[in-house]
Amino acid sequence: MSKLKKAFLIKYGEIALKGKNRYIFENILVEHIRRTVKHCGDFKVSKEQGRIFIEPFSDYDYEEVIERLSKIFGIVGICPVIVLDDMDFELVKQSALEYMKDEYEDFNFTFKVDARRADKRYPLNSMEIACEVGAYLLDNIPQLKVDVKKPQVKVWVEIRSRAYIYSKVIKGLGGMPVGSNGKAMLMLSGGIDSPVAGYLVAKRGVKLDAVYYHSHPYTSDRAKQKVIDLAKIVSKYSGRINLNVVPFTDIQLYIYEQCPHEQLTIIMRRIMMIIAEKIAEKNGALALVTGESIGQVASQTIQSLTTTNAVCNMPVFRPLIGFDKQEIVEISEKIETYETSILPYEDCCTIFVAKHPVTKPSLKSIIRSEKRLEKIDEMIEEAINNIELVKIKPDEEE
Amino acid sequence: MEIYLDNGATTRPFEEAINLMCKVFGQDYGNPSSLHKKGFQAEKYILKSKDIFSKILKVNKKEIYFTSGGTESNNLAILGIANAYKRTGKHIITTAIEHSSVKNTINYLGDNDYEITVLPVDSDGLIDLEQLRRNIRKDTILVSIMHVNNEIGTIMPIEEIGKIIKEKNSETVFHVDAIQSFGKLKIYPKKYNIDILSISGHKFHAPKGIGVIYINDNIKINPIIYGGFQQNGIRSGTENVPGIAAVGYAAERMYDNIDCNVKNLYKLKEHLANRIINEIPDTYVNGIQVDKGAPHILSIRFDKLRGEVLLHSLEEKDIFVSTGSACSSNKPSKTGPLQGIGLSNEEALSTIRFSFCINNTIEELDTCVEELKKIVPVLRKFVRH
Repeated sequence: MSKLKKAFLIKYGEIALKGKNRYIFENILVEHIRRTVKHCGDFKVSKEQGRIFIEPFSDYDYEEVIERLSKIFGIVGICPVIVLDDMDFELVKQSALEYMKDEYEDFNFTFKVDARRADKRYPLNSMEIACEVGAYLLDNIPQLKVDVKKPQVKVWVEIRSRAYIYSKVIKGLGGMPVGSNGKAMLMLSGGIDSPVAGYLVAKRGVKLDAVYYHSHPYTSDRAKQKVIDLAKIVSKYSGRINLNVVPFTDIQLYIYEQCPHEQLTIIMRRIMMIIAEKIAEKNGALALVTGESIGQVASQTIQSLTTTNAVCNMPVFRPLIGFDKQEIVEISEKIETYETSILPYEDCCTIFVAKHPVTKPSLKSIIRSEKRLEKIDEMIEEAINNIELVKIKPDEEE
Repeated sequence: MEIYLDNGATTRPFEEAINLMCKVFGQDYGNPSSLHKKGFQAEKYILKSKDIFSKILKVNKKEIYFTSGGTESNNLAILGIANAYKRTGKHIITTAIEHSSVKNTINYLGDNDYEITVLPVDSDGLIDLEQLRRNIRKDTILVSIMHVNNEIGTIMPIEEIGKIIKEKNSETVFHVDAIQSFGKLKIYPKKYNIDILSISGHKFHAPKGIGVIYINDNIKINPIIYGGFQQNGIRSGTENVPGIAAVGYAAERMYDNIDCNVKNLYKLKEHLANRIINEIPDTYVNGIQVDKGAPHILSIRFDKLRGEVLLHSLEEKDIFVSTGSACSSNKPSKTGPLQGIGLSNEEALSTIRFSFCINNTIEELDTCVEELKKIVPVLRKFVRH
């Protein structure tokens, strides 16, 4: 068992390009990391010149830490690293050798040492450090071959307030830390698309709340549970989600009674947008998020989308707008919502579907039909007053 | 107050059965195969339970075996016979309305070189006995027919069927899935020429996870589970002693008073059927006439609405029913018994199954009808177009 002190070095991408506000993004990311790793043991998480370090002070499950870190937006690379408090150069060289022997079983590869000296008082410059460490490794592991242009393994030696050695970078999700870009209201159904849409918006640093329309008895409690389960999976990436379960049956039946059946879906979608916007306003969300993609169903033609959108003042984010179904499925498989999404329980969008819904609705005629919904304002009010709030937390926070 | 009318899916265990199980779990936990007295104590529960079943069925004690449930009993019967008789023949007969634990097992054999004859049923859910007779051949090794259908409650004329089978080919094994009938109807395997009979505990107030199978001592059968040679090697594995004790208790209690119980169940069924048909328009009993079907299963079609929606509306009032077979309620099947008796898909989807137990009361059913009278007209206003 090696005595080397092990830690994780976190690389982040876009945040590094920020100007004076950079520290805000960094602090949010550090906070996410801190909250995530604390479930695996005792860690110190600290910022240091464009890097974040995670040092363990207790036993922990290595795989679990990696797994959790790889779900945090904002991280582009996770590097398992060794840390030297004593930066004596002899010790640095010996530790680099020990590190290589720990990490690799056979040495049948080409390599290169890349050094970075942030602490300019250090007696050797970056080039000298790289040459000396490289030569030392070659002397002691004769199978190694040097390739400075396209090495198979790059060994990094960084001299900062301490010395760090690493050679592996586990890819992170990228994006921006959640919460760094405000909050949006995700319209979550039980289908494949909306959880993916939520994931993609959260990836840009947007915190999510969600709204689900429940039409009991037309939709079952299992359908509701399915949406809760989906929100739970999305929350692994996005953090806590407040899921607003809106009792929607009466409104749906009212539309059904009053309006032409081929316009049902469009009018229902418009009312859903109105409700979502109201909930968003109440909760400080600044935009709506839907899983729509052009032409996927009758309510997602350009004409239908325009008609639906007309009811809404907030920006509506539709991250899947240009995606094919297969592309959406691939993401949902990657983020592990797919298996839950394909469970067979119906959601409120599918229960009263006309055989021949309009695909090119005119806003005028939709508004004319909606005039028949005299009681709709009160009903919307009542639905909002009767929302069931389900607080969704990622597993690690339970 | 909760009104549970889904007893065809499962029943609430008798409290005494639960207590007995707890006692066996906690105190008499020995392995019945152990030689010491703790093992012998456990074995006594098994012997007692076997004794109860052998008396109810009028068979020999050594012909009773315990399994993990109805599905395993049906699998053991079908696969066990197919394997043991494959040199004699590979022809199997069954019906179009069997439970999936029979249907899918036989389909598996059909995919593996066995020849399967599936007998259709009429609008009552009954097979044509002459057609059965015509189809039994020299190489017919197994006829598997259920006693009571779980979705529509048809009672197959098991005694006549047994007679026909044995007249035509005395070597053909007759398997009866009695999972829905045991506890409600009297069954005498020897008298009815039944060679194998499947039973499931949780359908008659015993716990889940315990099944029973009667296997005639004169037929050969291969096991489907291999292990420590418990239960003569026909069903290896340490016995589920708490379950076995409880299933014996429940069976004994069901048959103690069976004539009276059955009479009461028919009363409940007729009461509910009459009220629904007379008081709610466009409702129809599926399959066989109310008094000719099983005493505890009533399948009713509510035209112009979806059964699942009605189910969820009733659930809001704490009334629990089923849309069809509970095992498949997540997957609307296109080849179930309802289609088997000639219903269209739409008609099948508008069906509700009410299934009773001896603890249900007329008052409960009246409450149910009153709720239905309120809910059905509302739901009918909203149908898909």
